[in-house]
Amino acid sequence: MMPDRVKNSVKLKHLYARAGFGITPADLKNQEHWPVGKTVRSLFESSERFSPITVVNENTDLVYNGQPMMAANVNMTGGMTGSSGGMMASQADAMRSEETKRLIQETRNRQERDLNIAWMTLMSTTQAQLREKMTLFWHNHFSCRVGNFMYMQDLNNIHRKHALGNFKTMLTEVAQTPAMLQFLNNQSNNKVHPNENFARELMELFTIGRGNYTEQDVRESARAFTGWQYDGKTYQYSFREKSHDDGTKTFFGKTGNWRGEDIINMILERKETAQFLSRKLYRYLVNDVPDEVHIREMADVLYRSGYEIKPWLEKVLTAGWFYEPQNIGNLVKSPVEFLVGLNRQFYITYENPGVLIQFQRTLGQVLFNPPNVAGWPGGRNWIDSSSLMHRLKMPSLILNAGLIEFAGKATPEEEAYIAAMRKQQDSVIKRVQAKADINKFIAGLPPKTSKEEIAGFMLEPPVNPSMLAEAANSPDIKTLLIRLTSTPEYQLC
Amino acid sequence: MKRREFLKNTALVSGAWMIPSFLKPFEAMAFDALPGHKNLVIIQLSGGNDGLNTVVPYGMDAYYQKRKTIAIAPAAVIKLNEVQGLNPEMAALREIYDQGWMNVINSVGYPNPDRSHFRSMDIWHTGSDANQFLTTGWIGRYLDSNCQTCKFPYTAIEVDDTLSLAMKGLTKKGIAVSDYGQLYRNTREPFFKDLVKEHGDNLTEDNMGYLYKTMIETYSSADYIQNTAKTYQAKGVYPQTGFANQLKTVSQFINAGLQTSIYYVSLGGFDTHSGQIAQQGRQLKTYAEGVAAFLKDLHQTGKLDETLVLTFSEFGRRVEQNASNGTDHGTANNVFVYGGKLKKAGIYNDAPNLTDLEENDLKFQVDFRQVYATVLDKWLAVNNSDILDKSFKGLDFI
Repeated sequence: MMPDRVKNSVKLKHLYARAGFGITPADLKNQEHWPVGKTVRSLFESSERFSPITVVNENTDLVYNGQPMMAANVNMTGGMTGSSGGMMASQADAMRSEETKRLIQETRNRQERDLNIAWMTLMSTTQAQLREKMTLFWHNHFSCRVGNFMYMQDLNNIHRKHALGNFKTMLTEVAQTPAMLQFLNNQSNNKVHPNENFARELMELFTIGRGNYTEQDVRESARAFTGWQYDGKTYQYSFREKSHDDGTKTFFGKTGNWRGEDIINMILERKETAQFLSRKLYRYLVNDVPDEVHIREMADVLYRSGYEIKPWLEKVLTAGWFYEPQNIGNLVKSPVEFLVGLNRQFYITYENPGVLIQFQRTLGQVLFNPPNVAGWPGGRNWIDSSSLMHRLKMPSLILNAGLIEFAGKATPEEEAYIAAMRKQQDSVIKRVQAKADINKFIAGLPPKTSKEEIAGFMLEPPVNPSMLAEAANSPDIKTLLIRLTSTPEYQLC
Repeated sequence: MKRREFLKNTALVSGAWMIPSFLKPFEAMAFDALPGHKNLVIIQLSGGNDGLNTVVPYGMDAYYQKRKTIAIAPAAVIKLNEVQGLNPEMAALREIYDQGWMNVINSVGYPNPDRSHFRSMDIWHTGSDANQFLTTGWIGRYLDSNCQTCKFPYTAIEVDDTLSLAMKGLTKKGIAVSDYGQLYRNTREPFFKDLVKEHGDNLTEDNMGYLYKTMIETYSSADYIQNTAKTYQAKGVYPQTGFANQLKTVSQFINAGLQTSIYYVSLGGFDTHSGQIAQQGRQLKTYAEGVAAFLKDLHQTGKLDETLVLTFSEFGRRVEQNASNGTDHGTANNVFVYGGKLKKAGIYNDAPNLTDLEENDLKFQVDFRQVYATVLDKWLAVNNSDILDKSFKGLDFI
């Protein structure tokens, strides 16, 4: 059992770090004496109200109608596999003038930028932290990448809508989005030429995981998903009876005239699916190293509830083991968590928010651009020599034009470094154009908070003596905060 | 072991215990020019280079039938044999080829090819099957294997700002260095020095330990690279391109005696859906001139025999051109190997068959992992099955 050795404030901080993007001093001050259960409830309550992202408001496939876009057009043609798409695209290309192509590309680029910034801004400012944190989880789980950002926005809104809802409902809706139908080629999956891509990834990555199905299961379920397509004129999902293979299929040993819905039901009936999802959530919220006992507890809750996400999350966030020291301050923040956490803590606004995309690129995670259908691998994979150095430097670039004040005795070489940094401050300011409200952060602190206590507040892992010394010799709180955010410790949550 | 080596080793071992690890200079452990040191330089052509207009099958009618407006006329081709020749923009490589420093492997690919840039690049980087998702790269796993020659963080250097997946292992990763002076300066932040100093010892196995280990290694590596590299200035004449500059940096590293085994550089701009002749021509010229300058430079300094250069792209392009004077995403492609001591120079295998196609694309004849396996077994001296998950039959170009 969890002894009360871990202080309540540490628990709350941990809870916010994992179920959200970090706690502010003001929130901690308000809730310091709340039991964990009450704070978990309030996190869910704050996530009840939300609205979809609507910044992308034109569908490039529809706007340039008559000269349809590549993927959408191509995949409508029965019998084409995704791979033959390019040939059809070349014909479409030929029909389209260079000017139109340029316009489409410009629109796409603008939409991609707008969508990215809209979500970064939402995560950085919303009260519905838990919902956004889980939207980010589903964004990676149902990893997808297509060139139409209206479809990407729709997919993202489905993740958001069902982030705390029912997994089966979300899965079914996701499978029917133009984004996923395009990305995993189900649009070209028809009875004459089945395409197995979606059926395979559905089981391997979205539900049950490798080792729990056979190649025959993949082939047969692909047949069941034939006809799951979107309409070529409206770009809305509509089941195509004509391309559907209504023959009998044998899936998981059962024979019947299965459709896609039946396949999803049969997959979710298998307990291994709840296990697979729980292992993934455990790695996201608890620890890189799976604990099979805890994962089984989670899977039981998910399975028994009929794949309801809320009780599943409540199970994790109120479990004694969630607050055990080995599960605190040991997860590597993703670049997005890192940036959003900074934004939230210091109320940062960006004159030119495009810089946020540059930061994402530098750190190796651009929203809506996962590396492949398996998503970002996460954990230590985020950290290499260059990405770590960029991370360590980034808070000072955002908060202080690249300067980390140094009080110790500097060698001549360091003096030269400091001088060079000062010289380029103006250009850093011009490029980053960020405004932080550190005073608002400070105002949230209880009166007479010591510098050492601030260090404890800012860093999730236990604070070691050298860090305490670093805190003590900081000339002022702003310098202290910049130093604390420029440490390896700050990369952990 | 010779007496001198023995003394050097034991002195180092006992010394190492006394120096805090942050001060422990890696270079002290890397004995000057390990005997048998070898360099592997990987050049990535991003965007899917059209192999058929790179090594032109000018002896095949099908080539001219399928590429009415973008085929290279036989007279313009730099002929290598009766069937194949180089794109005229690659004239700089003629001499390299004639020296026996170049080998062309035709029809390299993998089963169930993926035509998406990022997925196919992923497959090449990780060395996975088409339906397998690996999170580590093949070079990264080589680093993980902890072989004699891959102990140090600078064993693998990518001349770039960010590190490619190919270079990331589970416990070890290469280092991205586009400008070693800049990297060095970045690590000289006085505040960081304090952190490194205070965490030199007691590195734990958890993520915190991993972060500090990475930081300390970056710190030491930046120092080592800067101090070693600055002892040499590349003397060869290089063209004024970013790509040639990357290779010049590699040459500087090699000639300065950096104990790095693997270098990685990239050149983009090969996604030629339209207006291919001009666009690809520019890129091929940049590529050929850069590589030629690099190889000649290494030859001058006597380093060519210990260097192997590998060039790949994530896929080739469709045999039949499209209506915009370009080509769309395809499958199998040629891979180039360069070095002073190739066992087999010239053209390694038959030219691609342009009429026996699968979904209008070339069928692969050589799995790209056979190329990796050859390099791993014969050049890097590790067992390819340890790195590639299963065993691949090597080729005999080295």
